[in-house]
Amino acid sequence: MNNTELIKKGLAKRYRREKRFRAYGLMAILAGFIFLFVLVTDIVIKATPAFTQHWIKLEVNFNPEILDVGKKAGIDELKQANYNLLAKKSIRSLFPEVKKRRDKSKLAAMLSSSAEYQLRDMLLAEPYLLGQQQTVWVLADDDVDTYYKTDDKSKAVRLNDKQKIWADTLAADGRVSKRLNTTLFTNGDSREPEQAGIRGAATGSFYTILVTLLLSFPLGVAAAIYLEEFAPRNRWVDLIEVNINNLAAVPSIVFGLLGLAVFINYFGLPRSAPLVGGLVLTLMTLPTIIIASRSAIKAVPPSIRQAALGIGASRTQTVFQHVLPLAMPGILTGTIIGLAQALGETAPLLMIGMVAFIVDIPHGFLDSATVLPVQIYLWADSPERAFVAKTSAAILVLLLFLVVMNGLAVLLRKKFERRW
Amino acid sequence: MNKLLSSAAIALILAGNVQAAGRDTISIVGSSTVYPFATVVAERFGKSTSFKTPKIESTGSGGGMKLFCAGIGIDTPDITNASRRIKSSEFETCQSNGVKEVVEVLIGYDGIVLANAKTADRLKLSRKDIFLALAKNVPAADGSKQLIANPYKTWKDVNPALPANKIEVLGPPPTSGTRDAFSELALEGGCKTFDWIKAIKAEDKHRYKSICHSIREDGAFIEAGENDNLIVQKLEANPKAVGIFGFSFLDQNSDKVQGSLIDGAEPEFETIADGEYPVSRPLYFYVKKAHLGKVPGIAEYVSAFTAEKAVGDDGYLLDKGLIPLDEEKRKQVRDTATKMLPMSM
Repeated sequence: MNNTELIKKGLAKRYRREKRFRAYGLMAILAGFIFLFVLVTDIVIKATPAFTQHWIKLEVNFNPEILDVGKKAGIDELKQANYNLLAKKSIRSLFPEVKKRRDKSKLAAMLSSSAEYQLRDMLLAEPYLLGQQQTVWVLADDDVDTYYKTDDKSKAVRLNDKQKIWADTLAADGRVSKRLNTTLFTNGDSREPEQAGIRGAATGSFYTILVTLLLSFPLGVAAAIYLEEFAPRNRWVDLIEVNINNLAAVPSIVFGLLGLAVFINYFGLPRSAPLVGGLVLTLMTLPTIIIASRSAIKAVPPSIRQAALGIGASRTQTVFQHVLPLAMPGILTGTIIGLAQALGETAPLLMIGMVAFIVDIPHGFLDSATVLPVQIYLWADSPERAFVAKTSAAILVLLLFLVVMNGLAVLLRKKFERRW
Repeated sequence: MNKLLSSAAIALILAGNVQAAGRDTISIVGSSTVYPFATVVAERFGKSTSFKTPKIESTGSGGGMKLFCAGIGIDTPDITNASRRIKSSEFETCQSNGVKEVVEVLIGYDGIVLANAKTADRLKLSRKDIFLALAKNVPAADGSKQLIANPYKTWKDVNPALPANKIEVLGPPPTSGTRDAFSELALEGGCKTFDWIKAIKAEDKHRYKSICHSIREDGAFIEAGENDNLIVQKLEANPKAVGIFGFSFLDQNSDKVQGSLIDGAEPEFETIADGEYPVSRPLYFYVKKAHLGKVPGIAEYVSAFTAEKAVGDDGYLLDKGLIPLDEEKRKQVRDTATKMLPMSM
């Protein structure tokens, strides 16, 4: 048997092996896709109910007697008025046959607790409404909302039989409308699912990430430039390099502990502030940015530097006028990916008090705030059923942000990257 | 390098501002069991008064005490929630760190339930059954005063009246206050029914506690983490499993899971309130008196929390699963709270 025959004999086997290997690769990708598909579908299906909300139409009579104020009450008196009773009376007037105390309170419980504050704000904005009849749409309680959204009505056990009849009557009378849930995007956190929104958390995320960007980008790029362009090659620099690479792999909770010890206990910065969150996330993001920036700077061919130096530029001029602009797409990509990672982080924030119930929307770097992933965690832990949908909706929003950021990174790379 | 310097300067300026500024938001830490109630009060408080909405961190009872007792000053919390009473050791830490005057406020009770999926039969347990099924070491079945490693595999082994399902209980980890209360009330309650073990308490308290509070580690008890929603989901998927969590989760998920009877009592609002259901615990919060007047709104928040509107027989916290105190006790608590009478131990 000569060599050609030997090769021909093994050929079929080699082809089979080749095919098998490709099939394995395809299977791996397919498996990944299936997991992603199942995950995203599950989240989308669970989140759908959260994007709509049911409102109930009430005829509200701003009767000074019910409100317990004088006929010509001023703003200060109106602030103290009994809006709770007003909301209760308004829904009771639709069901005059309900007499028992317990039933009455069950009936009133079908309105969201935000109704009284809505009526208050309405009257405070337009005090002349006092003594007038108005048609007002108010939010339904989350249990009523869930009832309307459930197809199998026997499964909605949070309402009793009477409440179900009332709910059906309201719907039959055209007093119920299903609307887009804007509350989800305009409100801060709340313990009542129908009033809970992600705006507080999103704002907190914005401030935190802004601090992270402002600190980690200049620091990271400066460190990368120095290490790549100016640092001498010796053991110390090697040691620093090893440490930076190590830092990138340190579990994020460790940065939280460090933040607690240094920023809060030593420097006395306030707990739960986006500034501290941003500082901690800066520590976490720095190694990623340094590593990405270094490889981007390294990828700029030496001929560019030599040409610049050759016509008399100083080393600093070379770096800032030639190397850095060319390396920028790569640096930006690394930064965006690092920030996207920071955006999805919760563990280090746990230690510095950003895992907290915060209703007010933060207005600065020192106001108490949480961030989006923390909001998801808090809602997932809440007993109220309607928070399941809210959790998934918040996950979708966070995913959207991440997709946009990563998309931007790809775009920057595609648009500005130069190959040599 | 300019960028670097300027950003460092910004950081320094920001840091400088902080120390000058006070705090106008009440800071609350503590138990994850009280968290669902405290947050509702805080939210309403923020909406109906001109004060800012208090910030509430869920750190667990022990973690909250640690932060609370760390000292006086705006960088320490004003209030801590607890699903158990403050320990004397914690009180001493408070004292030695300058937190001299602490006001104790009892808000109500929370039941701990053992629940299974609605698709399965409801369990009728006694505390003795619970102890025998879950303790690490149990008295030998022959009646001799010997402890043996827990041999029971199914509920039927424990008590012939129970179904022949494998013992599979999902419960909270040791760091949780729910777990402490469960050990103390359910396990110890069953443990005490053995007279000779009860006798040990007088002689060797430590040994008694280790017998009565140790949970088996052979896989029958599964630590399911702090997320009670997860336990409910797992119960739904596995009708043979039993889960341990707070009453408020049972209340919210009554379409999916059912609470087991314990010593003949169903876990319901009324039975927990009148003490017929044996596994329930008190919920507290503690106020740092030194912060009154330093941080605006503390007294108002406390009075909002103890108001009849919140914790009364028709209060809004009851919708969230809180079990109220009786009327007389409520009055007493309200009195202490308005006068801000510090506790002593």
